[in-house]
Amino acid sequence: MMMDYVWLIPLFPFVGFLINGLLGKNLPKNVVGTIGSVAVGLSFLVTVCIFAQVLKLPPEARHVEKVVFTWIASGPLQVQAAFLIDPLSLIMLLIVSGVSTLIHIYSVSYMHDDDGFYRFFTYLNLFVAMMLILVSANNFLLMFVGWEGVGLCSYLLIGYYYEKQSASDAGKKAFVVNRIGDFGFLLGMFLIFWTFGSLNFKEVFALASKYPVGSGVITVITLFLFIGATGKSAQIPLYTWLPDAMEGPTPVSALIHAATMVTAGVYMVARCSALYSLAPISLTVVAIIGALTAIFAATIGMAQFDIKRVLAYSTVSQLGYMFLACGVGAYISGIFHLMTHAFFKALLFLGSGSVMHGLSGELDMRKMGGLKKEMPITYWTFLLATLAIAGIFPFAGFFSKDEILFHSLVDGKAIYWGIATAAAFITAFYMFRAVFMTFHGESRVDHHVAHHVHESPPLMTVPLMILAGLSVVGGFVGMPLIEGAHVFRNFLSPAITPVAHHAAAHPTAAFEIFMMVFSMAVAGLGIYTAYKMYILFPDLPTAICDKFRTIYDLVYHKYYVDEIYDTVVVEPIKEGSNILWNVVDAKGVDGVVNGSAGIIAYLSAHLRKLETGFVQNYAFAILLGVVVITGYLIGR
Amino acid sequence: MTADSLLLVLVFFPLAGSLLALGAGYQPRLCRWVSLILSLMQMALISLLFFLDLQPHSGPTGTWLLAVDYPWLEGIGARFSLGLDGLSLLLLWLTAFLTVISVLISWTAINLKVGLFHFFLLFLEGCLMGLFMATDLLLFYLFWEIQLIPMFFLLGIWGHARRIYAAVKFVLFTFGGSLFMLIALLVLYVLHGHQTGEYTFSLYQLSQTPLSPTVEGWLYAAFLLAFAVKIPLVPLHTWLPDAHTEAPTAGSVDLAGLLLKTGFYAFFRFAFPLFPGAAQASIPLLLALGLVGMFYAAWIALAQTDIKRLVAYSSIGHMGLMVLALGIWNLMALSGSLLQLFNHGISTSALFVMVGMLDERLGSRNFQDMGGLWQQMPVFSAFFLFFALSSMGLPGLNNFVGEILILLGAFQIRPLIAVLAFVGVLLTVIYILRMVQDSLFGESRRVQPLRDVTPREVLILAVMALPVLYIGLHPGPVLRLFESSLQVMWGQFPMLARSLGG
Repeated sequence: MMMDYVWLIPLFPFVGFLINGLLGKNLPKNVVGTIGSVAVGLSFLVTVCIFAQVLKLPPEARHVEKVVFTWIASGPLQVQAAFLIDPLSLIMLLIVSGVSTLIHIYSVSYMHDDDGFYRFFTYLNLFVAMMLILVSANNFLLMFVGWEGVGLCSYLLIGYYYEKQSASDAGKKAFVVNRIGDFGFLLGMFLIFWTFGSLNFKEVFALASKYPVGSGVITVITLFLFIGATGKSAQIPLYTWLPDAMEGPTPVSALIHAATMVTAGVYMVARCSALYSLAPISLTVVAIIGALTAIFAATIGMAQFDIKRVLAYSTVSQLGYMFLACGVGAYISGIFHLMTHAFFKALLFLGSGSVMHGLSGELDMRKMGGLKKEMPITYWTFLLATLAIAGIFPFAGFFSKDEILFHSLVDGKAIYWGIATAAAFITAFYMFRAVFMTFHGESRVDHHVAHHVHESPPLMTVPLMILAGLSVVGGFVGMPLIEGAHVFRNFLSPAITPVAHHAAAHPTAAFEIFMMVFSMAVAGLGIYTAYKMYILFPDLPTAICDKFRTIYDLVYHKYYVDEIYDTVVVEPIKEGSNILWNVVDAKGVDGVVNGSAGIIAYLSAHLRKLETGFVQNYAFAILLGVVVITGYLIGR
Repeated sequence: MTADSLLLVLVFFPLAGSLLALGAGYQPRLCRWVSLILSLMQMALISLLFFLDLQPHSGPTGTWLLAVDYPWLEGIGARFSLGLDGLSLLLLWLTAFLTVISVLISWTAINLKVGLFHFFLLFLEGCLMGLFMATDLLLFYLFWEIQLIPMFFLLGIWGHARRIYAAVKFVLFTFGGSLFMLIALLVLYVLHGHQTGEYTFSLYQLSQTPLSPTVEGWLYAAFLLAFAVKIPLVPLHTWLPDAHTEAPTAGSVDLAGLLLKTGFYAFFRFAFPLFPGAAQASIPLLLALGLVGMFYAAWIALAQTDIKRLVAYSSIGHMGLMVLALGIWNLMALSGSLLQLFNHGISTSALFVMVGMLDERLGSRNFQDMGGLWQQMPVFSAFFLFFALSSMGLPGLNNFVGEILILLGAFQIRPLIAVLAFVGVLLTVIYILRMVQDSLFGESRRVQPLRDVTPREVLILAVMALPVLYIGLHPGPVLRLFESSLQVMWGQFPMLARSLGG
């Protein structure tokens, strides 16, 4: 059985990490790149084989646990290093290993001129190994290993250009903010162990099912776990690290900060659907945070000029959608959007990387424009991804986003739907703003750079095209309307525990179609607005900004959230630390000690007469003393 | 000769070896090799014990895996008795391991009085061997005090500029603390003698002395004071940063890796069994001291500009968590705490080793002179990051296992304390990251190039990395060792199991 070899999935990238980390410095770049990419590719292959095998099993048998060894055993705590194969982990494994493979291949070319090439692939392979552990662990503690491991790699990769102060600061910020989230995650885990006496998913969920809906302890557990999710998946209030994380190389942004790691929070909530479904209050919190983040980040995205930052805020916003879906109990729609988002957002980032590659590292959209001609493949793939994220039929994002909008109205509240629809409008607007500013209109490219603008090499454009293909057709696994055609839902549902009171309202097909048309219309309006402002009347944006100066400044400065955090949290801690050291430790505690030291100094000045200056003499004097005393005691 | 007499060899072999090293001192190179081989042999001997499949058995001094008991000072009833259990075994191994490391890191750094230096290193090893096995209180006290001597000289002769101040401060603090312990010990001895007519220093017998709560409280307090200085607990900690900053690298390794452990070990081995009632009453105090230590040290560490001082404060913080676990006293928290004892010995020592390497190259330990080291010393930086991550408790590495056991164990009975302790653990991340950041990353502030680690240094670091990984990934065997030790202890001192809710 291939399933017995599930441990190979994280092992391959880990071996790649070891080889590149230990020997990479002395290996040629293409060997390092090949090792890195092949390692991840092999993981993908194993995953596909296991996936094929699982498909042959009847749906109710699709839950297999493979124990590798007992990791920590102490008293009541028994934690195994074990993998869980079920539809949810398989979907995640496929997404992670698949997208990773493409991004590794892309990076071979993208990073080719970088001195730290081997370091990059070392980290990247380690990241993939950790991410695969995260999504395939069968218990909370092992999941936490992956959870922290990806955080570490994210830290290292954000600070990859460590000689740049801003990059290394951004890495630190990401790590610390994530740790705050982990605080919640671990507390949730402690409570789980305290309540159920186990950390194994299956055991915990089985025991939890005996609890009533709305049980206090489960509500608290799920709220704590969600704090962890807000850290890792960049939700309000812990989202601030993600935009700064764009300091990392672009493939990293694509892989870690768009397609995989940041979705870990969504995965975790879906994995714990058995707990969340018992905690309506927590679900409401998840939905509200998701909806607020979706709109909040989207508005910031409207006013950014750095193309990667636009995409970063867009990621934060799209993650908000996924949480909104989970919050209204539509976990499968959340995971569905996670998958399509992985395709099109990875593509958008890689596309922006391709633009940077062509423009010698330029990120400011005000210095782009008219790149359509020079970079056709990049342009077309980027456009397809933009259509997907805007939610235009038949691109992948349409299916998943529409499902979320639908569920937020039917299973949630009208207000969720209203916010999500508004965010959809804004998304369509700012994404097309980015397309228009980058690829259309007059070229504003710096003339030093202008003459060597070029399309990227095939090693970069092929992954773009594959992802573009997925962004186009990827949504069809979730066909709406037709009974039984939603293969994604059919496959995933055994692994998800739905919210109990569901299945009350079942709207008609006509209503569903109306919703789709409506959301398309909203997206179309957003696109049209962007078209009007950035193609038809390019002076319009400045005029509007001038008119609404205060609001614009507020948004442009990202609502000053970073500044507020700095003044309220960071500075007081630093100040306090200085005071504690310089005043309390130095003057207080050491003051007393120095007092005593003064006495010593006085005494020693007098004892100095006994000092001979030869330390050996001391040693022997003391040894002698010991011997004499011992001898005396014995002989007494 | 039975396996039991091995314990004598473990104590006297390094002591005899120390004289050999001293004798070889006229030839520094020979002396280094002699010391290395001797310390390796000692380590091999201890490693052998892991494979002997030892089972606990009862004897006159209690239940131990191995025990010896010889008459010593018959006039006063003190005996030369040693006992080995899982905890001591691991600490012995740690001692032997770190002695090997100490010899290796001093290979080129120490050129002054080489023979004497190695004499002190091995002498210290012998003392610690005895200390970690003594089951007679007077014998324990003897080792406890003698170990100050080599440490004092390691600090005072081979230390940095303010070495004399630091060495005197160190001795004054610890010696002051232990005097109280000596008095308490003698009081206990006399009380026991009065009541039973049998004058003895045996831990096993003394633990059965009936004591009034008041007397017990005072005696316990005296022990607590001695151990609190050594651990060290805030506010008795200020000798430690000074001692570390002035110590040579080998001194810091022995100090952080071993000497701090003696305080905690003695607390666990002697103070609790001798005074279970008082120990139970002191639980709120232990919890408070542990927490205060964690927060205080973490916060202060953040402001340090000297990297070695920062590591020293981190040491205080780590010890705080272990003491907190003593106040929890259930199987998980204690196993975690004992494991942390070992982990801290490896990780913090490794950090000190690396700071020492840095100091040798830069001639400075100030963050202002660092930055961008990764560019010039990639191998060094990778190792440094590794041990820093271990120290901040990254899952998959050693400290995580211990910390999670302590926190989970604490959460079982005192959720609020666990949450606070957890915040303390989180604070570690901030200053460790800052340390990594200010040294490895950012712009390089050095003009002249720095040499990356030499093969000898790589060997040292790789060897130290192995236990970090092993404990992180497969702590099972070590945890079983602790578990059986704890079971034996609770079997032997039922008061501890009962009164403290183990």
